[in-house]
Amino acid sequence: MSGTRAISARRIRWPGTVTPLVLGAAILLTWLLIALFAPLLAPYDPIYQDAAVRLQPPSWAHPLGTDNFGRDILSRVIWAARIDLQIAVFGVVFPFVIGTVAGSISGFFGGWVDTIFMRVIDVVLAFPFLVLMLAIITITGPGLGSFYIAMALVGWVSYARLIRAQFLVLKNSDFAMAAVSLGYSNSRVMFRHIMPNAILSSVVFSMSDAVLVLLNGAAISYLGLGVQPPVAEWGIMIAEGQGFITSAWWITTFPGIAIVTLAMGFSLLADGLGEALGVRE
Amino acid sequence: MTDAPILTVNNLSVAYEGGGTSHTIIDGVSFTLRRGEILGIVGESGSGKSMTCRALMRLLPSSRLRVTGGSVWLEDGRDVLSLSQGELTQVRGRRIGMIFQNPASHLDPVMSIGRQIAESIRHHRKIGRKEAWARMLDILRQVGIPDPESRANAYTHEFSGGMRQRAMIAVALACDPDILIADEPTTALDVTVQAQILRLLQQLRDERGLSIIFITHDLGVVYQLCDTVAVMYAGRLCEYGAMHEVIHRPRHHYTAGLVACQPGSEGGTGRVHTIPGQPPSPGDMPPGCRFHPRCGAADALCAARQPPLRETHEGHACACHHPVGIEAEAEA
Amino acid sequence: MSAPVLLDVRNLSVKFPMARSRMGLGPRRSLNAVSDVSMRVAAGETVGLVGESGSGKSTFGRAILRLGELTRGEVLLDGQDMARARGEDLARLRRETAMIFQDPYGSLNPRLTVRQAIGEVLHVHGKKGAAGRDARIVELLELVGLDATLMDRRPGDLSGGQCQRIGIARALAIEPRLIVADECVAALDVSIQGQIINLLMELGQRMHLGMIFIAHDLAMVRRLCDRIAVMYLGRIVEEGPTEQVFKAPRHPYTRSLIEAIPEIDPARMLPSAPLPGEPPSPVNLPEGCAFHPRCPLARSECRTAVPPFVGGAHRAACILAPGGRLNEVGENLPETTPATPTERIETC
Repeated sequence: MSGTRAISARRIRWPGTVTPLVLGAAILLTWLLIALFAPLLAPYDPIYQDAAVRLQPPSWAHPLGTDNFGRDILSRVIWAARIDLQIAVFGVVFPFVIGTVAGSISGFFGGWVDTIFMRVIDVVLAFPFLVLMLAIITITGPGLGSFYIAMALVGWVSYARLIRAQFLVLKNSDFAMAAVSLGYSNSRVMFRHIMPNAILSSVVFSMSDAVLVLLNGAAISYLGLGVQPPVAEWGIMIAEGQGFITSAWWITTFPGIAIVTLAMGFSLLADGLGEALGVRE
Repeated sequence: MTDAPILTVNNLSVAYEGGGTSHTIIDGVSFTLRRGEILGIVGESGSGKSMTCRALMRLLPSSRLRVTGGSVWLEDGRDVLSLSQGELTQVRGRRIGMIFQNPASHLDPVMSIGRQIAESIRHHRKIGRKEAWARMLDILRQVGIPDPESRANAYTHEFSGGMRQRAMIAVALACDPDILIADEPTTALDVTVQAQILRLLQQLRDERGLSIIFITHDLGVVYQLCDTVAVMYAGRLCEYGAMHEVIHRPRHHYTAGLVACQPGSEGGTGRVHTIPGQPPSPGDMPPGCRFHPRCGAADALCAARQPPLRETHEGHACACHHPVGIEAEAEA
Repeated sequence: MSAPVLLDVRNLSVKFPMARSRMGLGPRRSLNAVSDVSMRVAAGETVGLVGESGSGKSTFGRAILRLGELTRGEVLLDGQDMARARGEDLARLRRETAMIFQDPYGSLNPRLTVRQAIGEVLHVHGKKGAAGRDARIVELLELVGLDATLMDRRPGDLSGGQCQRIGIARALAIEPRLIVADECVAALDVSIQGQIINLLMELGQRMHLGMIFIAHDLAMVRRLCDRIAVMYLGRIVEEGPTEQVFKAPRHPYTRSLIEAIPEIDPARMLPSAPLPGEPPSPVNLPEGCAFHPRCPLARSECRTAVPPFVGGAHRAACILAPGGRLNEVGENLPETTPATPTERIETC
C-alpha cells in the first residue's frame, strides 16, 4: 500500500502531444470555423439551382459534385455545418440543464421528491426514444424548434439519472457532511460543494450525447420532420440523395463523411475529457 | 531459530519508470530470514515496506515498477528474481505464502472457504479429493476456526473480519510454506481481534517452525511479536537488528523518534513526542541521508553523503553518520 | 468538574430501520446503533469515546451534532434541547459546534483552495468583512501550525497531516465551543498523529473548548482526554476519569481492551489468552449484558438482565464492578478466572 499510493497520486501524462482531447478539440474547432466562415468558404449559394449542371461528379468546378437540382454539394456541406452544430449544441444544452436541476433536487432531498422524479423518469424511459420524439414532433409540428422541444422532453432523463446517482454518493461524503456541520445552507451545500464534483460525469456524457443528438437530428430531418428543404442539412442531403445512390454516390457520401467526422470529434473530446477529469463512465 | 538463512535478500532495488522519468522506490534493501524467525519490517506509508515484499515475490502491482537490481536467495540456492514463470509459481505457493490487510479482496467470494483451500492443496500436490479435504479441515483447526466441518462450507461474506483473516492465513498455509509474508494483516482489525491474530502467528511459528515477515507501521505490534526488526524510511533500510536491541537502544535517529512517538511511552500523559516535518515523496528525495531534513543531529555530512548500513554492535546495523549514543565511543 | 456543563446528552438512542427479511415478509427489524447513551461535556473538558468498530461511537458523534438521524433522547446545549431543533435553533447548534473527520482528504472539497474553504466559513458566518478575511485565514493557519504560503493550494497538493490541520482550522473558523473529532488521527502516520494530538491538546486548553474525541486507539485517548467513556455495541459500559479507568478498569471489556493494546513495555506483554470472539452484529443483540458471550467473568444471570450503570464519577455497567449487584463492598474487578467451570458460559 505504501509505495503504490504515492505513485498513483501523481497524474500520469500521455506520452505524445496528440491525445484524444487535443484531436477531438481540433476536429470540433475546424467544423466551428467552417460554420462561422461559411459565406467566405462556400464557392456557390447552397440553394441556387443550376439546371445545366445536374448530377455532376466531382470536378474542378464542383469539387464534391452537384445534386439532382444542380446545387453544389461542397457549398451545401459547408453551410449545413451551421445547422448541424446548432442541432448538436441545443439538442444537448436543454436536456442537460433540465436533467441537472431535476437530478440534483431528486438526489439531494430524497424521500417523496425523489420517488416522484424517479417515477416520471420511469414513464419517459418506458417509451422507445425515437417513437416518443416522433409523437411529440407530430403534436408540435415539424421544424427545428419542435425537435429541440422533443429532445428536451425526452433527453433530460439520462442527465437526471446520472446527476442523481452522483448526488446520492456525494451527499454522504465527508466533505458534504463537513459543509453541513459548518452551518452552510442547503443550496450552498448543493450547488457550491456537491454540484461541481457531481457534474463532471454529466459534462463528459454530454459530449457523447451530442453524437447521438446529431444523428437523431439527421434522422428526424431524413424523415421530413426536422429541418425543411431546401435548407442545407446533412441529414436532408442524405435523404434527398438516396434515390441516386447507385448513379451519383457523391450526393450522399460527402454529407455522410461530414456527420461521421463531427461525431468523432465529440466522441474523442468525451474520451479526452473523461481522462483529464478522472471520470470513469 | 536456527542459523541457516531460509531467505536472503541482497541489495534489492525497485524503480518506478513512467512519463520519461525514473524514481528509485526501493534502494538497496538487504536482510536475512532464518527458520522460525519473525522479522518485522516497520515504516510509515510510502517507506517502501510493502513494495519490498512484493518485489521479492515478483508481485509488483504495476508494469511501470521494475526490479533494477539485487537478488533474493532461497535456502536451496536459487534466486527468486531469475526463476522461470513455472518455478516462480511453485515458489509462491509452496515456499512462500502471503496474507494481506484486506482478506476480503484476496479471497474468492463465490467459492466456499473449504474448497478454496482444498483446491489449492490439490493444485500443488497429487493427492485425492478426500485426503485434501481432511487436510484442509486440519488447517482450519490450526488457525483457530471453530467447528471447521461446518464453517468449511461457508463463504467469505459469512465470516467476520477476524475469521476472514484466519481463513486467509489458512489459504496461505495450505501448501505448507516455509515463509509467510504478512502485509499489515491486523491493521483493519479491532485491537482485541488483533491480539488474537498475533497470538495465532506466534503459535504457528512455535508449532510449525514457520518464518514470518511481518510488515507493519505499529512498533507496539513489532515489540509484541518479532525477533528481529528492519526499519525503513523513504525506500531505504535505516536500521536492522535484534528487536529488543533496536527498540530499547535505537541507533538511528528516525527509529529513536519513532519509539518516542508511541503514545504509550513516557507514562502515557502529556504532550506526545513528534518528528517534525513529513516524509519526502518518491520524486523528490533529499540528497545524502534521506532523513536529514527532519533530523535533529544532522550536519553538512548528512546532507552530502548517503550513510552506509554498518554494524554498530553484534547483530545491529544502522545507516547513520552520527548514531545515537555512539559519538562518545567513536571519539574515545 | 466545576466548570458549567456545555453539552448534556440524555438517553440518546439511534435505530436504523432494516429491510424485512424473507423477501419482505419477515418481521420488521431495526439496527440498534446507539442505545440509551447519556454523556456530559463541560467547557474546557476533553472526553474520549472509545470502542471497536460497530460500537456506535461515530453514530453517536454525528447524532449529537444533528448530522445523522436520532431516534430518542435529548441533546442539551446550554440547557436547550437540540434533538429536534429546526431553523434558527439548528443554526445556533451549527454556530457553536464543529466536527473534525477521519479522512483528511475526503472531508475537504477537492475543488476548493485552502483560502476558499476557510474563507467560505467566515463568509457564511459573517465573521469578517471581505477585507479582514485574508488576515484571519492567515491567523487560523498559523494557529494550526501551517504556513500562509499554502493558502492557494488544493487538498490534492497537500499531505494528509496538512489536510487534517486545514480541517481543524476550518472547524475553528466558526469559533465553536464544542468540537467532535471522529477518529481524526486514525488515517495518519504515527509521526504525524502526535503532531495533531498535541495541536488539539493545546487548542482545547487555550480556547477553553469542550471536545469529544472519538477513537479506537486507547493510547491516544489516554494522552488527550480528561475523561473516557467506553462503548460496546451501542452502550457505554464504563465511564470515568482517564487515569482511573486505565489503572483500575471496572468493566471486563475495558480491561480486555487495555490489555490488547500492543505497547513497548516488557511488563505489559499481550495476554497469552486474548479476549475470544468478536462483537456480534448490532442487529441481533444478545439478551442481557451484550458483552456476556465474550466475557471471561460472565455468570448465568448476565444472560438475562442488562446490568445498571453504577458508581460515582467512575461508573460501569457490570454486576461485578464496585457498587454492582455482586460487589457492593467496592472491590476491584476479580482476576480473569471464572468462579466455577459450570457457571462459565461457553463462547461461540
